[in-house]
Amino acid sequence: MKQLIAFVQKEFYHIFRDNRTLLVILGMPVVQILLFGFAINMEVQDIRVALFAPTPDAFTQDVTEKIRQNGYFNYQGNMQTMQEVEESMRKGKLDLAVVFPPHFQREMLHSGEGVVQLITSSADPNRGSIAATYATAIISQYRMEQTGAADIPFQISTENRMIYNPRMKSAYMFVPGIMGLVLMIISTIMTSVSIIREKERGTMEVLLASPLKQATMIVAKTIPYLIISLLNLISILLLSYFVLDVPIRGSLLLLTLLSLLYIFLSLSYGLTISTLVQKQINAVIVSAMTVMIPVLMLSGMIFPINNMPPALQYLSLVVPARWFIDAVRKVMIQGLGISMVWQEMVILTGMILLLLTVTIVKTKKRLE
Amino acid sequence: MKKKVIAVSGLTKRFGHFTAVDHITFDVEEGEIFGFLGANGAGKTTAMQMLCGISKPTSGSGTVAGFDIIRENEQIKRNIGYMSQRFSLYEDLKVWENIRLFGGIYGLSDKVIERKTDELLERLDFREERSTLVKYLPLGWKQKLAFSVAIFHDPGIVFLDEPTGGVDPAMRRQFWEMIYEAADRGITVFVTTHYMDEAEYCNRVSIMVDGRIDALDTPGALRSQYHATSIDEVFRQLARRARRNE
Repeated sequence: MKQLIAFVQKEFYHIFRDNRTLLVILGMPVVQILLFGFAINMEVQDIRVALFAPTPDAFTQDVTEKIRQNGYFNYQGNMQTMQEVEESMRKGKLDLAVVFPPHFQREMLHSGEGVVQLITSSADPNRGSIAATYATAIISQYRMEQTGAADIPFQISTENRMIYNPRMKSAYMFVPGIMGLVLMIISTIMTSVSIIREKERGTMEVLLASPLKQATMIVAKTIPYLIISLLNLISILLLSYFVLDVPIRGSLLLLTLLSLLYIFLSLSYGLTISTLVQKQINAVIVSAMTVMIPVLMLSGMIFPINNMPPALQYLSLVVPARWFIDAVRKVMIQGLGISMVWQEMVILTGMILLLLTVTIVKTKKRLE
Repeated sequence: MKKKVIAVSGLTKRFGHFTAVDHITFDVEEGEIFGFLGANGAGKTTAMQMLCGISKPTSGSGTVAGFDIIRENEQIKRNIGYMSQRFSLYEDLKVWENIRLFGGIYGLSDKVIERKTDELLERLDFREERSTLVKYLPLGWKQKLAFSVAIFHDPGIVFLDEPTGGVDPAMRRQFWEMIYEAADRGITVFVTTHYMDEAEYCNRVSIMVDGRIDALDTPGALRSQYHATSIDEVFRQLARRARRNE
């Protein structure tokens, strides 16, 4: 016990004497949360729109007015020629142009048919298609107001209700993702580097020749990063709850338990890496590559797993963050209980055991 | 006859098909300064790791400080000191923090650590540096401190793996004075070195070539046996037989 305390104390000296690293590991979650919460906004708003009506009439004016009043649109004015529309689109001043045919009202009243062209800038395809959808909705609603349901024998309307995240806020999606990224990357890199640093500097030999038990050393190495990860967890949850208004609908205890499991997994992964590579720089590269890319690409944090090619879907099964982020969403956003996340918890536990086994086997081999 | 604190016979270590240490047999007596020489790759470090209980021998047997090197390596670790060839203290810890850490690892009580720290700093004339980060000390001072920390828990034997690498000649002399002091206090010193002039300071030296001990005696006896004027010459004669590439 005395050995453990002496060693944990030493680890904390290392951490506190390295101010820059300390700043990064405690500041990273704060920056990420604020960045994803405010700067990176996946909600489509402020759609810059212009209209072009070669022959303005009551209909085109009504539609223009409706678009102007809509909160999602940022009305840029009426264009005078088609060239002007194209020019503005090319310069990136517009996201959407609504183009009416000539004599729109007259055509509508005579033939009952009118075609409105929507030109969207699909440089950002997601934004483009959502802008078109909003505009279509406004126009069809206007048509209904004008004609009523009279000329159609029956009518089907859909009513969308977005549950769990009714305002489609990106933060709901990103907060669990950031937890999956930040908790893992810090624990994994810091643990692996702190062990490999001892190997690189030759202090490991001295420790091996001392009565310090390997298990004691490993526990002492992970305790400081466990504490730091818990601090990070607290700061992420506080920021997302109070600043980003992300609810914690399920049990806080369950959420903490899940996070602890994930932190243990990350620490174990750091230990595994420390047995596989010899240099600090390699440890950083291996940790960063094997944590960052899978978490960003394959965890469902940004790209939905269901839309991936089957091969990638299978690959995502071995990414711990996939299970963690899924479980966090269920608990935090959907407010589900342990009966809905026990599978994820079992999988994460299995991964921890696997990593620890690899670590022990590799360590034993080195000593023999 | 004096007590033997290290006694090994037929000690061998193989890594796959490579025999790093090939049936070495020797004894070291209590209070002796034993020089363990050999070219890079001759197997010195591997042999030393087996003696320290860090690595298990493939075959052979032996005792260190009265404990079996195969079955009782944990007890061995408690009774030896070790200073690695690379500088072995923590640079970002203060002088007293390093001492305290190793005192704690060897299970000394806080009171004992405190008393011995004062003694140690007094003896080294380091009082002023008590709270200096180790990285700000000159290399020679670091080595002295590392050696003092290695024998802080009063081990029966201290293993020094190239302790004077990269240190200037004046500092090396001072360092060897510390080794003599430790030996006078009854600590057996097992030291590897590259500097052949340092071999002359040892009571006995062994020279390893290709994993075997090819010569073992007092420096004087080795010189006359090989008709050489220095241990350096003896070493050259033996090293010429080496087959292993470095």
